[in-house]
Amino acid sequence: MTGKKELLVIEDLHAAVEGNEILRGVDLTIHEGELHALMGPNGSGKSTLAKIVAGHPAYAVTKGSIRYRGEDLLGLEVDERARKGLFLAFQYPSEIPGVTIAQFLRHAKSARTGEDISVLDFYDDLKVAMQKLDVDEKFAERFVNDGFSGGEKKRNEILQMAMLKPNLALLDETDSGLDIDALKIVSDGVNTLHREREHLGVLIITHYQRILNYIQPDFVHVMVDGKIVRSGDRELATHLETEGYESMRGQLTAAGS
Amino acid sequence: MPKDQNVAALNLDDYKYGFKDPDSYVFKSEKGLSRQIVEQISEMKEEPDWMRKFRLKGLEIYESKPVPKWGADLSGLNMDEIYFYVKPSEGEGRTWDEVPEDIKRTFDRLGIPEAEQKSLSGVGAQYESEMVYHRIKDDLAAQGVIFDSIEDGLKKHPDLFKRYFATVIPPHDNKYAALNSAVWSGGSFIYVPPGVEVDIPLQAYFRVNSENLGQFERTLIIADEGSKLHYIEGCTAPTYSTDSFHSGVIEIIVNRGANVRYTTIQNWSNNMYNLVTQRARVEEDARMAWLDGNLGSKITMKYPSCYLMGRGASGEIMSIAYAGPGQHQDAGGKMVHAAPHTTSEIISKSISKGAGRSTYRGLVQVQKGAHNASSNVECDALLLDENARTDTYPYIEIDENDASIGHEATVSKIGDEQLFYLMQRGLADDEARTMVVRGFIEPISKHLPLEYAVELNRLVELEMEGSVG
Repeated sequence: MTGKKELLVIEDLHAAVEGNEILRGVDLTIHEGELHALMGPNGSGKSTLAKIVAGHPAYAVTKGSIRYRGEDLLGLEVDERARKGLFLAFQYPSEIPGVTIAQFLRHAKSARTGEDISVLDFYDDLKVAMQKLDVDEKFAERFVNDGFSGGEKKRNEILQMAMLKPNLALLDETDSGLDIDALKIVSDGVNTLHREREHLGVLIITHYQRILNYIQPDFVHVMVDGKIVRSGDRELATHLETEGYESMRGQLTAAGS
Repeated sequence: MPKDQNVAALNLDDYKYGFKDPDSYVFKSEKGLSRQIVEQISEMKEEPDWMRKFRLKGLEIYESKPVPKWGADLSGLNMDEIYFYVKPSEGEGRTWDEVPEDIKRTFDRLGIPEAEQKSLSGVGAQYESEMVYHRIKDDLAAQGVIFDSIEDGLKKHPDLFKRYFATVIPPHDNKYAALNSAVWSGGSFIYVPPGVEVDIPLQAYFRVNSENLGQFERTLIIADEGSKLHYIEGCTAPTYSTDSFHSGVIEIIVNRGANVRYTTIQNWSNNMYNLVTQRARVEEDARMAWLDGNLGSKITMKYPSCYLMGRGASGEIMSIAYAGPGQHQDAGGKMVHAAPHTTSEIISKSISKGAGRSTYRGLVQVQKGAHNASSNVECDALLLDENARTDTYPYIEIDENDASIGHEATVSKIGDEQLFYLMQRGLADDEARTMVVRGFIEPISKHLPLEYAVELNRLVELEMEGSVG
C-alpha cells in the first residue's frame, strides 16, 4: 500500500466508559481509498471504537492516539471532526421531530462546506442522491428519523453520507435490521460513493459476514474483548463464517500467554 | 464538554427590544389607583355616563377580590408604584406623519410601518396608554370592515359597541378583568361584516416605554356571520429594574360560520407582569383559533379560551411558552363545550431554561346537553437544563357521557445522543440545540404567517445563541 496516504491511524488505543475499560490497545491504520471491515462478537468494542473516533463525550480515552489525515483527532470536538469529513453512520440514529431531512441536511451541508449553499443547488443535489438510493422525493420533507422503519433509518444515514461527501465513513452495523432488498440498496449506495470518491476510506463495522457479499472489503479485522486479534483479507470473513468468533477468542488467549 | 458550560452558552438574556426613549406624554396620572383616577380617565376620554359607571363598578369589584393564589407568584407586584394612565399625545394618527416624531421613531425601530407596507391589512399601534395610530387598507374599509381604537369604537359605533362590550368577559370574571374594566385604555375595536374575508392579517402593536407603567388595553372583535379575520398582536417594552404591568382584556365574538384567528407574539421585557384575559364566544359552525406565543415578561398568566356556544362550533388553542431565568410562564387555555357536536384542540409547548418555570394550566369542560363533544389536549414540555421546571395542571369536567376526550402530556430534554447525532453531522453545539428546539415548536410555528414564523425562529435562535468553546 505504499504511495497511499494514511487517513486514519489508531495506535494502542485504550478507552473506558464509567470506569470500565472497553478498548484495550487497538491498532488500526486505514489509507485513503481503502475499504475495511471490522468484525467481532457483541460487546467486543467495535461500536465503541466508532463512537470514540467520532468523539462521543461519554467515552474517556485513557491511552493511545488517533490521527486523522495527520492531525491529532482527540483534541477536536465532535462537530469539528465532522466538518473535517469524518462521518459516522449510526447504528441507532436519533429522531429529531419537527425538523425535516431537507432542513437538517442543508444545515449540515453548510456546516461541512463552510458556505451557505443556495436552496436550488441543494435541492438538485438532494434529488440526485435520493434517486440513487431509490428513496421517494417526499422523504426529504419527513422529520428526521421520526417514525421511520429500521430500513428507512439506515437509508437515511447513507443518504446523509452521500450528501456530506466525507473522507472517512464509519458504518456502524448499518446492515443490522435490514432485509435483503434494503441491504442491497444500502450496499449499492456505499459502493457508488466509494467509486465516485476514490479517496474515501470506509470502515464497515458488522457482526455478520452477510453485508460483505455486497461490499467487498480490502481488509478484514476481527475484534475480541477490546483488541484487534486478527487482520487479513476478505477470506478471513469467510473463515469466520464457518469457524465463529470463539476460535478467535482462543487465539487471543494463546497470544496473550 | 462539561454540561454547565453548555448551559452558560445558551444565554438568552439578549433582549433586543430593551431600548427606551425619553418619557413623552401630555398627561400622566398620579401613582397608584383611586376612584379619582378612574373618573379622570373617563372624563379625559369624554365617555358616556354608562361607561363611567361601568368603570367605577369595575373598580369596586377589583377591590373586593383577593389576589389569586392559585397561579404564579404575584406578591412582587406593587400597585401603589404603578402609573395607571399615561397619555402620550393628543389624538390618533391616520398616517405615520401624524404620529409624534419620537413615538414614530420607536415604531420604526420595531419595524411596524415596514411590516404594514409589506404584509398587513391594517395596523394599530399603542404607546403607553393610548393608541397613537390606526389604519386599515381602503378596500377593506370600503367593504365595511371597522378597525378603530376602542375609544373611537365607543364614540363612532355606540350601539354595536354597547351590544357586545363586556358580554364575553364581564368585570366580575376575575380580579384583573375587573381592574381592566376600571382603567381600560387603548386596544382595538374591530367589526367584520357578514361574509367579508380579511385574508391578510390586521396587526396591533403594544409598546410600553416609561417605567412602572400599567397598560390596560381592551380589545373587542366582532366577526359577523360567515366572515373571516386574522388578527396579530405584538408587544415589547424597555428593560427597567422596576416592574411594569400589562393587563389586557380581549373579547371576541365569532358569529355563525365565521372564522377568527388571533395570534399573539408576546415579547415583553423581563420586568413585566403580564396578566391577560382573552376569550372568544363561538357560535354555530364558527371557528376560533388562538395562537399564543409567550416569550417575554417576568410573569405571565394567560389562558385564552373558547366558549363553544353553538352547535358544531370549534376552537383551537396553540400555545408556545419560553421561560428563561427569572421568568414564570403560567399559560394554557380553556375550552368550554356548551353545545352539541363541538370540537376543541389544545396544543401547548413550553421550553424552560435555567431557573425558568413554565406551567400548563388548562380546562376542558363539557356541559350538560353538549352531546358528542370532542376535545384533544396535548402538552409537551422541553427542559433545557437541570434547574428548569415545568408543571402541568389539566382540569377536565365532563357532564355528558358521549364526549370524546384525549389528553397527552410529555416532558423531555435534549438528549445527549440527539446532540451527538446532530453534532456528528457538523452542527455546533448551540446550532444543534436550536435545531431541536425549532423542531419542538414546529407543530405551532407552522401555523404562523411566514414572516412571523421567521421572526419566532429568530427569537428562539437569539434566545439560544451563545458562543461555545
